[in-house]
Amino acid sequence: MAHFTKATSLHDWLNQRLAIDTLRRVLATEYWIPKNINFLWAMGMVLAITFAFLLVSGIFLLMYYQPNVDLAFDSVNYTIMQEVGYGWLWRHVHGVAASVVFLIIYIHMFTGIYYGSYKKGREMIWLSGMLLFVAFSAEAFSGYMLPWGQMSYWAGMVITNLFAGGSLHADGLVEWIRGDYVPAQAFLNRFFMLHVLLIPLAIIGLIVLHFGALRIPHVNNQDGEEIDFEAEAAKYKAGDKANSKVIAFVNDFMSKDMMVVGIYLIFFFYLVFYHYDFAMDPVNFDPANGLKTPAHIYPEWYFLWSYEILRPFSTDVGLIAFAFAQVIFFALPFLDRSPNAVPASRRGLFKFWFWAMLIDMIVLTAMGKVPPEGMFSAIGFYAALTFIGLWIALPFITKFEKKV
Amino acid sequence: MKNNSRRGFMGKAFGAVAGVGAVASLYAMKRSWDPLPSVKAAGFTVLDMSAYKENELVTEKWRGKPIFVLKQTAEMVKKAKENPKDIERLIKIGNDYFLVALGLCTHLGCIPGYNPDDKSFLCACHGGLYDFTGEVTKAPPPRGLDIPPFKIDGNKLVLGEEGPEYKKMLETGITLKA
Repeated sequence: MAHFTKATSLHDWLNQRLAIDTLRRVLATEYWIPKNINFLWAMGMVLAITFAFLLVSGIFLLMYYQPNVDLAFDSVNYTIMQEVGYGWLWRHVHGVAASVVFLIIYIHMFTGIYYGSYKKGREMIWLSGMLLFVAFSAEAFSGYMLPWGQMSYWAGMVITNLFAGGSLHADGLVEWIRGDYVPAQAFLNRFFMLHVLLIPLAIIGLIVLHFGALRIPHVNNQDGEEIDFEAEAAKYKAGDKANSKVIAFVNDFMSKDMMVVGIYLIFFFYLVFYHYDFAMDPVNFDPANGLKTPAHIYPEWYFLWSYEILRPFSTDVGLIAFAFAQVIFFALPFLDRSPNAVPASRRGLFKFWFWAMLIDMIVLTAMGKVPPEGMFSAIGFYAALTFIGLWIALPFITKFEKKV
Repeated sequence: MKNNSRRGFMGKAFGAVAGVGAVASLYAMKRSWDPLPSVKAAGFTVLDMSAYKENELVTEKWRGKPIFVLKQTAEMVKKAKENPKDIERLIKIGNDYFLVALGLCTHLGCIPGYNPDDKSFLCACHGGLYDFTGEVTKAPPPRGLDIPPFKIDGNKLVLGEEGPEYKKMLETGITLKA
């Protein structure tokens, strides 16, 4: 047994039992962050804060929400919105955060792609981040079912139908997922469970893994510089902070991080109070009706790019293209054959690949929103082909990239 | 050494027990997600076929899904007879021909709308088109509208029971099992 002495303070008492000083040193004051980074490196903290907002607003919504096909719609649109004091606030925070979290995730992802932050020992950061993206997508979809409006119902119908696998015609699997022939009580209940318990648990676990994956390779920097973290940390601890290339996570970096978070929160609450409607589809204010499809079914903006990859093809080809789009980002660290972990601007052809991919995904997003007719059909089709083509080209253009 | 092999044995024995337990619990979990018997036993729908008007789409409900019933005009029947695949999709009751089909697009399950002037179904989700016999005329739908299991009972049609006419449609590949 360890040797305990009479505590001199509450801090000392806790320290003897929980080693809080060591914990603080390892996790905060001696966790090193490079100096040469910009505001894009604050997106991780912005995401963590947004997740906290989702969690807290979700707890309050959970107290009045009824996961029952007859009651769900009114529990959201009447009870929470009109009866519960400040219920509207939790709903609008939850809805806006669910939408904005994807904007930040995409910025976070493309920052990683631009600066090569998925290579040279940082592969696990990328892979755990992609798992988080999948978990957040599932969380967004399951949450979208809960108000049980027309878009909830029909999105549930269309997305679960994807599991029939086109010509495989696996209707049994689809009915198994739904627990019924069509989305009904069993479906609403199980997606409620997934949304409030299973997927959030998975997300919290994955966030821990994502942070853990950062520990050994450390955060990348905007110059692609390979930093000797031990040597630089020694300089910092010796008092030579000016010449050290690193700073402590707490308080040095955190103060800058929270500055960006502060600006973000002003933008976030501006949306919550004045423009929450962008996250609320008007069609979903009609109660679910299994005998009437809305004129246009489209997902929320953050799924439009992959939806547009599904849409222009026949069922089977579309499904294969869609499945490809869903998993291909996982393969990025392995398809990029170049040893250079530097910003895209210094990587020759990869620079063009990066901007082409970004623009193509914006085009796909825009085309996914408009009805699939005429010109838009054609643009969507070629943008989908471009997406697939870019991924096929990636190993070749990076293989012949000059070493910098 | 003796200890090590004993521990090894205990490890393997635990692994075996845990493995059986894991498979058994996975089975229980799978079964808990199955549709309930009450859902499976959802009743049969009986349609009185004498009540429908020509070229007027009526949407009935069977197992929570919409069922299109479209009584064909003489002109439509004549046109359908030009192509054996088309006429086989229709159900003959007395002297009348009906399209009775699942009103869900075979692409991703949206409900197509009927245009009585064009005599065609348009799925607004992804732009698929069907003619008045439920056959596809424009992709992405991979096949015509599915026909629910039915049994002809005089002037009535029982949905959910498989009559000889339905079984023949399955055999000839006119429809898939819905």
